[in-house]
Amino acid sequence: MSERKPLLKVNDLKQHFRINRRFTVKAVDGVTFDIYPGETYGLVGESGSGKSTIGRSIIRLYEPTAGEVIFNGVNISGRLSSKDTQHLRTRMQMIFQDPMACLNPRKKVIDIIAQGLDIHHLYKSKEERKDKVFQILDMVGLSNEHADRYPHQFSGGQRQRIGIARALIMNPDLIIADEAISALDVSIQAQVVNLMKDIQKKTNTAYLFIAHDLSMVKYISDRIGVLHLGHLVETGTKEEIFSNPIHPYTKSLLSAIPQPDPIAEKKRIAMNYDYATSGIDYHKGTNQHVSGQHYVLATKEELEKWTK
Amino acid sequence: MNYERIIHIIFCAAIGSRMELQMERKQILSINDLSISFQTSAGVVNVIRGMNLSLYKGETLAIVGESGSGKSVTVKAIMGILSNNGKINNGSIHFTYQKDGKETQQDLLKFTKTVMRRQINGKRIAMVFQDPMTSLNPTMTIGAQIMEGMIYHYKTPKREAFQKAIKLLELVGITDPEKRMKNYPHQLSGGMRQRVVIAIALSCDPELLICDEPTTALDVTIQAKILELIKDIQKKTGISVIYITHDLGVVAKVADYVAVMYAGKVVEKGTTNEIFYEPRHPYTWGLLSAMPDLNSTDDKLYTIPGSPPNLLHQVEGDSFAPRNIYAMNIDLRKEPPMFKITDTHYAATWLLHEKAPKIDMPLELRNRINMMYKELSEGDQETMPPALNKELSEGDQEAMPPALNKELSEGDQEALASNKIGGIIV
Repeated sequence: MSERKPLLKVNDLKQHFRINRRFTVKAVDGVTFDIYPGETYGLVGESGSGKSTIGRSIIRLYEPTAGEVIFNGVNISGRLSSKDTQHLRTRMQMIFQDPMACLNPRKKVIDIIAQGLDIHHLYKSKEERKDKVFQILDMVGLSNEHADRYPHQFSGGQRQRIGIARALIMNPDLIIADEAISALDVSIQAQVVNLMKDIQKKTNTAYLFIAHDLSMVKYISDRIGVLHLGHLVETGTKEEIFSNPIHPYTKSLLSAIPQPDPIAEKKRIAMNYDYATSGIDYHKGTNQHVSGQHYVLATKEELEKWTK
Repeated sequence: MNYERIIHIIFCAAIGSRMELQMERKQILSINDLSISFQTSAGVVNVIRGMNLSLYKGETLAIVGESGSGKSVTVKAIMGILSNNGKINNGSIHFTYQKDGKETQQDLLKFTKTVMRRQINGKRIAMVFQDPMTSLNPTMTIGAQIMEGMIYHYKTPKREAFQKAIKLLELVGITDPEKRMKNYPHQLSGGMRQRVVIAIALSCDPELLICDEPTTALDVTIQAKILELIKDIQKKTGISVIYITHDLGVVAKVADYVAVMYAGKVVEKGTTNEIFYEPRHPYTWGLLSAMPDLNSTDDKLYTIPGSPPNLLHQVEGDSFAPRNIYAMNIDLRKEPPMFKITDTHYAATWLLHEKAPKIDMPLELRNRINMMYKELSEGDQETMPPALNKELSEGDQEAMPPALNKELSEGDQEALASNKIGGIIV
């Protein structure tokens, strides 16, 4: 693992939003992690923890306040030259949460998917453009005749496939999936997750998978980062996080996952975690190494207390 | 009192001697043969195709199914808020409620929209919607919104309504309620807003609370709190609750009874334990298998092949057959009736016919259920459905799927030509 070069390195990323002179929202406050080629990094946390903000800062929908983002060896957090912008916009793609809202209702599927190609002039003839779209449609499990339809003619799961196809056609190294399956039914979620895994096997694309549903994150991710109030409180491989959660927030998140087991479920009480009363100060903590790739944001005393 | 009630009591007592448990249950809602269609530009869509369900006082019923299976349309029919192109073709919805201190039973479908709005909606049946931001009025304080219903339905004096609103906010676990009364929805977090919506729903002491995906828009930690809150309230007030959800984990936590819907019909219903530990319908197997399992290390999730039928077209036979790997010839020809498994457990699949091959649920699902069983303490094991109890005590081999019953070679009934069709029929 150590010889591999990370595809994306996020270093002490901060994203603050100034509301007025006295008040600034610190949505992301010093987050560090990296993603290796072909792996899936799952980012979980409650709403307002800053997980979507991280995704948007990385792809430069926001201007990061501080810290650096290094993608494919290029620093993309500061001012971008047009060459770097081109690099970023083609090699990194995003899939959004609501498949209806993110597809232009007035465009045919073929034009939606080919838009990236159009912008970057990535084909020589109309035929080539069409072929490329058909190839991608096939990959996401849609057929050629779907290309001439409009988004409203599809079901939710199919629309999300179109969103995935649009991201894939640029042949990216990294796809940021921001709650890509949250709006779908359980059975459809499973289909989309399986599809994303299949594609990853074929194309070796890395995913940054942002979600609040831990059970799905477990299926798709290799490593998981747990985010709370803009701080990455715990990160590690999925086995490390699920079998040996250390941080009380991770524990409370894990305890809140509903399971299809009525008797156990009715007796189970979710663990409560309240940052304000817990006496934990995220600013004091440093990344403490637990084992393997497992790190926890804590002070030495806290770590001792939690691992006991 | 009237004769009907006396006869009813005697009848209940007679049954009660056989089934003590059932005696105290009082039916408050019963849906009979409901069928609803929508007139669309593409043609008539039969959304609900003959639905039967009942709900008892103080109990929780969960309706689960994919989107488009008709869950939301069902509750909209109960509330009388179907959109204008919706048409109720058949059936009745009998609702028992208190009117002027007397218990009355009425068919809700006979009421006009005005009567529904004045007498039922918000007063006797309240509803909690998915997104708390869109169901609250952003220009009114939450206090005014909670009081609104009481003043409209009961003409409660303002001061009294104010006091009651504070009590309700306390009930739903909002600290410092007096201060919060003056807040606007945007000043509250998502979980708090949903609590306020629940307070509004409870403000007129309804008999029935309908929760349409109440926690889908919230994250897991807050979801757990809201679900516990609704359960708590139910214990205190004895209200009946209908949950609509596609999240089976939520169902396991809150429901007493579960109805699984597919393509406008209830395909399986039973107690929560029966549905989760001893499911009989292949669709229920599929739904349960598709749930990610935290203990498993598989890297592929199970999916149900294919997609739901288009209800614009007439469905021949069993609507689930095209996606069912256990489908038999009869499934394509004739719609299965509800087969009775226990007094509370019913499923609509030909697999339960006595001449059908005996097929158990997929092995992985069976293993998962056995795992859950092992983790339970002994006291709990007794509350499991008896079928499972027996099977497990006889050893794990028993729990394996029995090979296809050889009976089928003798099965000479024409209607049940039960050769198994492998794979999916397109």
